[in-house]
Amino acid sequence: MMGTIPTATNEDAGFLARERLATLLEAGRALGYRWQGPQLRDGAIVMAPLEEPSALPWGTGDRQAAGEYRTRPGDPRRAFAWANGPQALKPLVFAPRETLWRVKRDAQGRLAFAAETPLVPRTAVLGVRACDLAALELQDRHFLAPGREDPHYAERRHALLLVAVNCTHPAATCFCASTGDGPAAQTGYDLLLDELDEGYIVRVGSQAGQALFEQLTLRPVSEAQWQAAASATEQAVAAQQRVLPPGDLSGPLFGNLDHPRWEVVAERCLSCGNCTSVCPTCFCHRQDAAPSLDGASSDQQRSWDSCFSEGHSYVHGRSLRHDTRTRYRQWLTHKLGGWHAQYGRSGCVGCGRCIAWCPVGIDITEEAQAICGGGEHG
Amino acid sequence: MDRYRLPFDAEVAERVQEAADVFSLYLRIPDPDLARDYAFVPGQFNMLYLHGVGEIPISIVSDPEEPDLLMHTLRAVGRVTKGFEKLKVGDHIGVRGPFGHGWPLAQAEGRDLLLITGGLGCAPLVSVIEYVMRRRERFGHVTIIQGVKHHHDLIWRPRYEAWMRQPDTTVLLAADVAAAGWSWHVGLVTDLLDQVPLGPQGAATMICGPEPMMLAAAQRCLQLGVREEDVWLSMERNMQCATGHCGHCQLGPQFICKDGPVFPYTRLRTLLGRRGL
Repeated sequence: MMGTIPTATNEDAGFLARERLATLLEAGRALGYRWQGPQLRDGAIVMAPLEEPSALPWGTGDRQAAGEYRTRPGDPRRAFAWANGPQALKPLVFAPRETLWRVKRDAQGRLAFAAETPLVPRTAVLGVRACDLAALELQDRHFLAPGREDPHYAERRHALLLVAVNCTHPAATCFCASTGDGPAAQTGYDLLLDELDEGYIVRVGSQAGQALFEQLTLRPVSEAQWQAAASATEQAVAAQQRVLPPGDLSGPLFGNLDHPRWEVVAERCLSCGNCTSVCPTCFCHRQDAAPSLDGASSDQQRSWDSCFSEGHSYVHGRSLRHDTRTRYRQWLTHKLGGWHAQYGRSGCVGCGRCIAWCPVGIDITEEAQAICGGGEHG
Repeated sequence: MDRYRLPFDAEVAERVQEAADVFSLYLRIPDPDLARDYAFVPGQFNMLYLHGVGEIPISIVSDPEEPDLLMHTLRAVGRVTKGFEKLKVGDHIGVRGPFGHGWPLAQAEGRDLLLITGGLGCAPLVSVIEYVMRRRERFGHVTIIQGVKHHHDLIWRPRYEAWMRQPDTTVLLAADVAAAGWSWHVGLVTDLLDQVPLGPQGAATMICGPEPMMLAAAQRCLQLGVREEDVWLSMERNMQCATGHCGHCQLGPQFICKDGPVFPYTRLRTLLGRRGL
């Protein structure tokens, strides 16, 4: 769990010098993967196709606060000295927009439906955070639930190889230590890196990771290197100030549907849906018909939706949640309450993105405490 | 993909105008293999797709023993239903389904039945009534209560009148606003519950209609001695996938599409009647 000393031995771990990071990318490509990795674009660290280690955000840090995200100069020896950007793994597995099926109408008016399967190249992702792995595991529970697997999600998910990097620079918005999801990755990775000044400790988390690991020329990890990694994780835990009230909040949330705080937060909330877009576990999506101009065919497309949109609760010609109070309440009661009954845990992994990317700086930890109290609930 | 994710073609075999803005589509499945495999239970719904316009969840009204002609009754109220309204016999639509959990008919066998509906909420229970009438000996006394806003909103009047003539069956009708010629109750369906011949065992109670009406009816039934675990409701929410993924149909932690649409009252007790949930 978070903050504990890594227990890996040198048999399933090795040290990759910073100058040799390119060999990791080459080995991945040799196994048939294309790479995605963090890069600095338009003032933010985003996931993008990665060709060379030089494209990584070397010497870049980030500063995040409620309603604020800025990159800033950091240690030039580090490529992962930042907390997170607006994207998690979500766009790679749950596409922001995609076609589910296509229908053609013949001269007699009969309809022929054909499934549209995405062609997904095998993709290795470098720089995955612990919070993002936890979120992916939650999205797996939703989209890959036994008996009702979503084929589009499954196709993208099974194409992924995940190279995580333990987070050493949490932002002020982060609270993954409080949700138990970070800052050190626990499970769900294929390879796990710890970034040190001189290079990377590489650990294996799966058979696919093992195959990649075996392609690398690594040195043994020294005791000092293990200690440096462990102490960086400890510092990353200690640096986090925000906390969520612990445990299952369904009781206090659904028991406080008329709490005056919902009205207070609704006065600030713009109902813009930024929080649900950047949230790595939000799964709501809509379906729309996109007919061709001649009307002979139509694509059924799905795209991300938000419980903050007017159409989300539309039924019988009206929206059930017609005001911001009920929409914010839906988001919070589901994220921190409903998820427990649905998938056995809270839907929040403590990444803090909804706090940073909220244009008015609404803080989920503050709202949860205001409504549930600081762990005083039953 | 299977028929839960990819629609199949269906032909409008018959179209009936039930009221000014209410119509029924009887669908035939042209593919013989699909037609043979397709089976549903009362209370389940299909996703109906109008070419190039969209998909909506609609309860199946017809008898499960006649799955070759699937009946759906719609009110033209939104963009998609107004498109469906224009369909003619011979037109084709897409169908996915059937979805969801139906009414607890196995549990209700041997019991008295109390079926309470409001407005177009009668549609998902007409399937139950037809099912019961075909197997009349398996059920006790049947009470059917239907309420509408205006007297002209009552559809299927001949059916109700036919059920009135069945043995061991009580049919009670109500309209909030009635004109001359309405010989039944003027007022709410809940007013009629006092007339229900409830035995000491209560009744297996199934309710479908607008949410405030379902809550009021359920609470009145409990006051009259119906056991809480005997009350079942059919819920409605925005649905776009029907497979429990799109998130629109959530009511508290429930996904109406896959956990319902028919729920035991005990699971919804704290969630009903809360505006904006």
